[in-house]
Amino acid sequence: MPPELVSPAVRTRAAKTGAADRTKARARAVRHRTLLVYGSRLAVLALVLGLWEWFARTGVIDPFNFSMPSKIWDQIKQWTLHGTAQGPLGEQIWYTLYEALFGWIIGVVAGVVLGIALGRVRFLADVFGPYVKVLNALPRIVLAPIFLIWFGLGPASKVASAVVLVFFPVFFNAFQGAREVDRNLVANARILGASNRRVTFQVVIPAATSWIFTSLHVSFGFALIGAIVGEYIGATKGIGLLVSASQGTFNAAGVYAAMVILAVVALVAEGLLTFLEKRLFRWKPAQPGTNR
Amino acid sequence: MSSDPSSDPSGARQSAPQSAPSRDTSSPAIELRGAGKAFRTPSGALHTAVRDLDLTVGRGEFVAVVGPTGCGKSTTLTLVSGLEEPTEGEVLVAGEAVRGINPDVGFVFQQDAVFPWRTVLSNVMAGPRFRGVARAEARERARDWLARVGLTAFADRYPHQLSGGQRKRVALAATFVNDPDILLMDEPFSALDVQTRALMSDELLDLWAGTGSSVVFVTHDLEESIALADKVVVMTAGPATVKEVFTIDLPRPRKVEEVRLQPRFVEIYREIWSSLGEEVRITRERGAGHAA
Ligand SMILES: Nc1ncnc2c1ncn2[C@@H]1O[C@H](COP(=O)(O)OP(=O)(O)O)[C@@H](O)[C@H]1O
Ligand SMILES: [Mg+2]
Repeated sequence: MPPELVSPAVRTRAAKTGAADRTKARARAVRHRTLLVYGSRLAVLALVLGLWEWFARTGVIDPFNFSMPSKIWDQIKQWTLHGTAQGPLGEQIWYTLYEALFGWIIGVVAGVVLGIALGRVRFLADVFGPYVKVLNALPRIVLAPIFLIWFGLGPASKVASAVVLVFFPVFFNAFQGAREVDRNLVANARILGASNRRVTFQVVIPAATSWIFTSLHVSFGFALIGAIVGEYIGATKGIGLLVSASQGTFNAAGVYAAMVILAVVALVAEGLLTFLEKRLFRWKPAQPGTNR
Repeated sequence: MSSDPSSDPSGARQSAPQSAPSRDTSSPAIELRGAGKAFRTPSGALHTAVRDLDLTVGRGEFVAVVGPTGCGKSTTLTLVSGLEEPTEGEVLVAGEAVRGINPDVGFVFQQDAVFPWRTVLSNVMAGPRFRGVARAEARERARDWLARVGLTAFADRYPHQLSGGQRKRVALAATFVNDPDILLMDEPFSALDVQTRALMSDELLDLWAGTGSSVVFVTHDLEESIALADKVVVMTAGPATVKEVFTIDLPRPRKVEEVRLQPRFVEIYREIWSSLGEEVRITRERGAGHAA
């Protein structure tokens, strides 16, 4: 009912329905905006892929070097249906994931434990601080070839490179988190009767978890990099090996296909972490603008 | 921390009642003898926060400490609690020099010091749990105190889901559940709105009446201090020392909103303000001097 047709006698009702209408209109506007954002995202993707395909087919860019989306898609399909030269695709993904996950867990545990310990115990921080700084200054990715020599072609060398990449960001965040715990909370816990150990486990660690979680997101990406680079240098299985094997046969589509697979794996892992974080941080106020 | 059982005041109370008058019952709850505290500033210079403090708090007495902002009231409380050590003089609690945190002391902090990752019930349980009380008993005691502060329905909420007044109630319950002989309160209600503050003051008086504990209540609100206390201690502008002590002879039980209207209250107010106002003015002029 258009508002101009409402008689004055039902004005209050009209005002009410008017308010309801406005709420609805607002909800509709939000929905529209969401649709628009998703639509535009899809359009950008389609445009980039389309241009890529078109340029490659018309020879504007060299399809041998740059490949094209359709070829990459064919490559993924072929790997999925008929397996790769090194075995089934699932196995390659599993190997990389396994190395990354294993290295990530070791790196995270070591980083959190040492970060909290150095953050809590001044003496340890004073002794080990300079060494940590020096090690952090090294470009750690160059350790991958050394690990290959030490631990061989198997998963151990990849796990090791993942560990060194994961350790430092986690360590620094845990250290910072332990340092920046609200002094009031620590004082309160001590007054309430908490021993030093209890303060560490029941105040410092819970307070540092949001710091630590920030680094977990980034560091899983690092673990994947560590595993992939390790595999790329020398391996018998894994996505990194797919990349180097494709490169060796001048199969550009293979390299891109491996990258796409890797991106999907990383996104899924990120999603899992976010889910876990939401469960763990129920005590936190919701961020403004998000529903809970 | 007094791990030596012979220094435990409650043990002394039982073991030596008829021999030489027990220090425990004859000595005042808190005694400061020429106590002072200087902090080392980042630049390395010494900054005196409080000096030459002489103050006695009797058993079961409610003492309010008023003074201009930044004069050293919080510092005085941290000396009594054992969170900080005096750099000069002596601080005695129940006749014993304070060494580390005394388990008979409770402390309500100015800022929120509830643990945000614990539910309301779990926050109130924290003290007993830190002191090794079994979970079931701790829960029972916590529920009892939650009922007394009227938060039974909120037991499973997280602190961020409460109002400021409710969070303060949680802090009160978490402190009282430990059954402290000495209760230190650092501007506990200063962050609350006026109505809530009056309500909480009445509640505090009710809770305190049942315990027989000695209270040191720091505030910069003179009305609040007169309405609550047996004795009002006026401190000088920083570095603070005790300027004057006023005895408040208003009858108990009191209701803060009513006591405020009594002629005697106004008389006392005028008398104390003539002492405190001068210090406030000095502090303000200094602040203006800094700003200029
Ligand atoms: N940990 C500290 N380190 C250095 N200076 C401090 C510290 N705590 C307090 N002070 C200083 O001591 C003075 C008194 O502080 P405080 O006791 O908090 O005052 P109030 O509680 O009366 O407002 C202030 O000048 C403050 O800057
Ligand atoms: Mg203060």
